Amino acid sequence: MTDHSLPRRLERPSALAFLGYVVAIVIVIWAFQGAGFSLDKVLTSPPRFADFMSRAFPPNLESEVMARLGRKMVETLQIAFAGAVLGVILSLPVALLAARGLIAGPWINGIVRNILGFIRAVPDIAWALVFVVAVGLGPFAGTLAIMIDTIGFCGRFFADDMEAVDKGPSEALTATGARRLDITACATLPAAAPAFVSTALYALEKAVRSSTILGLVGAGGIGIELKVGFDLFDYPTAMTVILMIAVVVIAIEALSTWARKTIIGEQR
Amino acid sequence: MTDPVNEILAPSRVSDRAGAQRVPVSGDVQAGSAAAPVVLQDAMPRHDVSVQGLTKNFGQTPIFADVSFRLLRGEAVALVGANGTGKSTLLRCLLGLIPASSGTVEVLGRRITDARSADLRVLRCRTGLVSQKHNLVPRLSVLSNVLHGLLGSHSGPRYWSQSFAPLPARRAAIDALEQVGLANLASRRADRLSGGQSQRVAIARALVAKPQLLIADEPCASLDPAAGEEVMALFFKLVRENGVTVVFTSHHVDHALDYGDRVIGLAGGKLALDATAASLTASDLRGLYD
Ligand SMILES: Nc1ncnc2c1ncn2[C@@H]1O[C@H](COP(=O)(O)OP(=O)(O)O)[C@@H](O)[C@H]1O
Ligand SMILES: [Mg+2]
Repeated sequence: MTDHSLPRRLERPSALAFLGYVVAIVIVIWAFQGAGFSLDKVLTSPPRFADFMSRAFPPNLESEVMARLGRKMVETLQIAFAGAVLGVILSLPVALLAARGLIAGPWINGIVRNILGFIRAVPDIAWALVFVVAVGLGPFAGTLAIMIDTIGFCGRFFADDMEAVDKGPSEALTATGARRLDITACATLPAAAPAFVSTALYALEKAVRSSTILGLVGAGGIGIELKVGFDLFDYPTAMTVILMIAVVVIAIEALSTWARKTIIGEQR
Repeated sequence: MTDPVNEILAPSRVSDRAGAQRVPVSGDVQAGSAAAPVVLQDAMPRHDVSVQGLTKNFGQTPIFADVSFRLLRGEAVALVGANGTGKSTLLRCLLGLIPASSGTVEVLGRRITDARSADLRVLRCRTGLVSQKHNLVPRLSVLSNVLHGLLGSHSGPRYWSQSFAPLPARRAAIDALEQVGLANLASRRADRLSGGQSQRVAIARALVAKPQLLIADEPCASLDPAAGEEVMALFFKLVRENGVTVVFTSHHVDHALDYGDRVIGLAGGKLALDATAASLTASDLRGLYD
């Protein structure tokens, strides 16, 4: 009979692991220091926060304010949709170049993926600032910012989706002498289509969230109202804007979840 | 068998080029002078597959070494061997889907072991592959899937979907479906088929371009025994009717003997058997399967 002695409840960490823990703790402390963390402020903030809330409530629901904010919200959604649709469409050819082993060689894959990484690394609000300089204040700058942000996101994930599809159908077509472009169109794209839909819907959710704050830098949409509300100490209106954004973002997420289910759910 | 559809369809079929080289001229010994080095010198009898000293390693791992065999036109050869001996790997090497480590493979008169990818594609217009998995594209219609078998000789967006395909191509696809008895399911989505039906559609896709060489890697392994027998019988009826040369694997000893003219066996990284099916019994093969 073999002797099954129980393992120890806690393994002693190796010296390297121990060092790792220490370094991690030091980094966390250092970060809190740099972040201006102050217990004092935390303790004194509840009264001030309560003060803000009491001044912001009830939110401003005057019909003319609501109408103005409503129009701005519609503009926000227009920016988000237009930017996301443009971005998704442009992402397709970009993703074809970024996907490894599809139609482009490893050099092009690498270059395109690095460019996409750069696009994602720059925050959407920074892209908005750049486009405000390039095309002037207004919703068009915001649309371009959303578009480029979407390309960074979808270009990469569409490419990953295509790399992940079952290679069997492509191999079967390769064996009959089909060209790469034909194989991509006939085997890879149809197989990746459900994943594309899912990714594109996430991109749309992301676009709606981004578009609500682009107004802060003058790139169109409802964000400007938020800024004006705070600048003029018109907290009730600012609160209306915040609530409106929350409702719309939640609604879009629900809609996108539903669409994802209806479009790709029936497949299996 | 005359094939008017395919004639209309394929005025510039690559097979014509290879066909021209195929005519043997008696007494004409022009050993490699005018002909390009990729051309196999024609000798009677004609071999559709000629493998010489083929060796394959994945990185440091040797899979098989120094494998040599030849296939006559119209011959069906069963490749047998235990799981993991490299049967699928060998079949992939035959079509140049993966590169060989050393040795040469000549298929339909062309050396593929150092061919450029454009040449490989031209050659593959006359080959096809049926695998254990049917490898249909699930979201597309059965007819579109079969139509894709023509992509080797017919490139471009019109051949991507049956909705846009020219009439002769659609006819060819439906004829191929007719041959496997599934013309009635042409517009069904491929993922709505049973396993046996899917495999029959895969066979139709492999046959639609009238290939000269077919590779079948365990075509019935994913099916239940009854459906598997049906698929094997149908497959071999069609390839025999069309004079197609076949290399196939199966994990059933009986299949190798029933459907193969010859049996070759891999064991211990070597070609351990090459004999006519008639000269073998099931018990001769059992040893190779474990
Ligand atoms: N792409 C690959 N890379 C590395 N090893 C592989 C690869 N494909 C197959 N192998 C290995 O090669 C061996 C033979 O595989 P395979 O040809 O599928 O065998 P069989 O078809 O006879 O069962 C197996 O050990 C497998 O793990
Ligand atoms: Mg195998």
